[in-house]
Amino acid sequence: MFTDNPALLGLFTIVFGVGACLGYFFFSNVILDKVIFPARGPNAGKNINRANMVRPWLFLFPAIFALTLYLAYPVFETLRLSLTDRSLDGAFVGFENYRKMMNESKFWEAVRNNMLWLIVVPAASTAFGLLVAQLTDRIRWGNLAKSLIFMPMAISFVGASVIFKLIYDTRPADQNQIGVLNHVWLKFDGGVGSILMLQVLPTLLYLAFAGIVAYVAWLFAKDIIAKGQDRSPWLLPLRLLVAVAGVWLVWLSVSSAVGVWIVELPYGEPQTWLTLPFWNNFFLMVVLIWIQTGFAMVILSAALRGIPEETVEAAIVDGANPFQIFFKIKVPQIMGTIVVVWTTITLTVLKVFDIVFAMTNGQWETQVLANYMYDKLFRANDWGIGSASAIIIMLLVTPILVWNVYNARKEMK
Amino acid sequence: MASIAGKKSGLTWAVHISVAALVLLWLFPTVGLFVSSFRSADQISSSGWWAALFPSQQNEVYRTSDPDDTRVAEGDRFVVTGNIFEGAPRDILAWGVSSRNIDAFQPGDTAEMKDGETVTLQPDGSYVWSGNDKQISGRGQRIFITATVPPEFSLENYQTILFSGSGQDNMAKAFFNTLTVTIPATIIPIVIAAFAAYALAWMEFPGRALLIAAVVALLVVPLQLALIPLLRLHLGIGIGKGYMGVWLAHTAFGMPLAVYLLRNYMVGLPRDIIENAKVDGATDFQIFTRIILPLSFPALASFAIFQFLWTWNDLLVAKVFLIDATGSTTVMTNQIVELLGTRGGNWEILATAAFVSIAVPLAVFFLMQRYLVRGLLAGSVK
Repeated sequence: MFTDNPALLGLFTIVFGVGACLGYFFFSNVILDKVIFPARGPNAGKNINRANMVRPWLFLFPAIFALTLYLAYPVFETLRLSLTDRSLDGAFVGFENYRKMMNESKFWEAVRNNMLWLIVVPAASTAFGLLVAQLTDRIRWGNLAKSLIFMPMAISFVGASVIFKLIYDTRPADQNQIGVLNHVWLKFDGGVGSILMLQVLPTLLYLAFAGIVAYVAWLFAKDIIAKGQDRSPWLLPLRLLVAVAGVWLVWLSVSSAVGVWIVELPYGEPQTWLTLPFWNNFFLMVVLIWIQTGFAMVILSAALRGIPEETVEAAIVDGANPFQIFFKIKVPQIMGTIVVVWTTITLTVLKVFDIVFAMTNGQWETQVLANYMYDKLFRANDWGIGSASAIIIMLLVTPILVWNVYNARKEMK
Repeated sequence: MASIAGKKSGLTWAVHISVAALVLLWLFPTVGLFVSSFRSADQISSSGWWAALFPSQQNEVYRTSDPDDTRVAEGDRFVVTGNIFEGAPRDILAWGVSSRNIDAFQPGDTAEMKDGETVTLQPDGSYVWSGNDKQISGRGQRIFITATVPPEFSLENYQTILFSGSGQDNMAKAFFNTLTVTIPATIIPIVIAAFAAYALAWMEFPGRALLIAAVVALLVVPLQLALIPLLRLHLGIGIGKGYMGVWLAHTAFGMPLAVYLLRNYMVGLPRDIIENAKVDGATDFQIFTRIILPLSFPALASFAIFQFLWTWNDLLVAKVFLIDATGSTTVMTNQIVELLGTRGGNWEILATAAFVSIAVPLAVFFLMQRYLVRGLLAGSVK
């Protein structure tokens, strides 16, 4: 009957579901106060206290139930499933699934691409977000600019994928290009414009990126050398890690900057961007960067507003230029927020599945872990390996989990 | 900032220009989709959407009216007259009667074809097609024109997507399915989380700190882990794949953020109000519904927006917990992914479908942006 009509069914559930929720809270409280521990008779005072001991759990029960069943239990159940084999009727097979997974080239491709995503997307989104936050801070139409850049946050990953597929669209060479990227690409012919746009500009971007990475890595690493102060021992590995990653990234970007001048570009031919191995990863990342920049911008601009004016004024009085003010006064003061934004985007990156699923579905070497897992679970129907890859994702977020809890506990004390 | 001495005006201009450039860069993709959704398939495939905003030169094909119905005898010849532009005149630059030579003639010329068959096309689009009985029969004569076309947009694609399209092209059902998923999945977690947040913020009981830590930890647990165990559970207890399952899943997956956001907000409410109410004999239930809930409106609103956007835009949860083999419960995001697979080249369908699915979140976003920002700031920087 009305189950056939989604509108009616929806309406019914809204009324019924919300009603049941409210009813639970209301009646459980009434029963507690009036029936189980009534606040009258000889034990009135004692009963009130007992009721108040039970009440928090009444309030908490649905939430705890949902959290336990849908988030905590699956962690353990997935771990268990990853050690069993479905085709053997769920027999325990130890690390067999992990071994099989590690032998698959598609898995390593996913890990490799995921690493790229994890470096590029948070870095680019945070950098763009910081840039926009800083620039819009001073101008009158800053709020309008911010809300326009923030807008992609409301767009679904799937919607954004369609939007960008149109941008990357390719048509045969003798037709009008309807994808803007190819349209622009065909304007390049190896002349002055091409050298400026395709060689000088990327080189500058690579070098700027290398510079920023080197600076951040130095901020983290200098305490290894410095003596005294608040050097907590467990931070040392982190600092070393950042330093090593920083050196690697700097080398990578400098060598890429050199590479820009060596490579021969296929001028004048329309490119199928999404099938260019390696580079297509970046074309997919652009979608997420486009979405996440607004998020980074909102939070970082609030942080920038929170910087005490005196510190900036003092720097101006001392003759600092705008760049020095930004990099030496402002950025260090909002470092904490930058790290939070960075980790939040990292979490999003690890879970993101829709973009790859919708745009390339992992073909042409664009596989990422989340999509690999979906493939295994629901296409190959291999629960063992699927669960194993889900556990890999869990392992990757665990440091962030620990760090979050550590921070939250520190704050509450 | 602006009043600080020593600021250079040259730099201000650079700032204005770079912000404008960034905003345009960020808007460009969405505008492209938006513009494309108002263009016909031919228009989209013949030129980039950015060209659609300006008058352009285009080649078009028209056909004269059906000779069997409209031909008029003139001596031993037959003539068909009419106007190729029915109510939408164009500025004709050149025209032709063969696909191999589409700009052979100027407006006003007469095209001589085989055996005395002729076509004359006037600049205003009116034509005279004459020839013998055999020539003026069958289907109408094709006329190719090259014309300057003003920007032209129509709502036809929306008509197809929302009302008249068949099967996959019609998003109306998916739209309602999405709505059916979204509304309960937005309201129910708020109710549950608000009570839990109140307990964690203002009630004393053993294990509270531990619970809060658990909520913080669960904030980052990837929901990918939940897929298989819970799908098995849902199938096991008989919910199967359906609305019930997807509501439960969304409720639970939104819960950590909801509890965390609301608790952070409620902790910040003034203690005096709550203690006064307690002294006056209010129970926790009354304090919660009469005092805390109204005061928490900003936090509730910001979580509601998050949850709404998240459930509306979700693909994975719906794919796993909702959409069954019949496909009758498909949501818009899933339908778009399927369209991408089957109609990857039909940009008029794709662009319109995508725009229909992002229109509601965009509207919510622009109306409620204030609360969204507030929620982000409360949730992320703490």
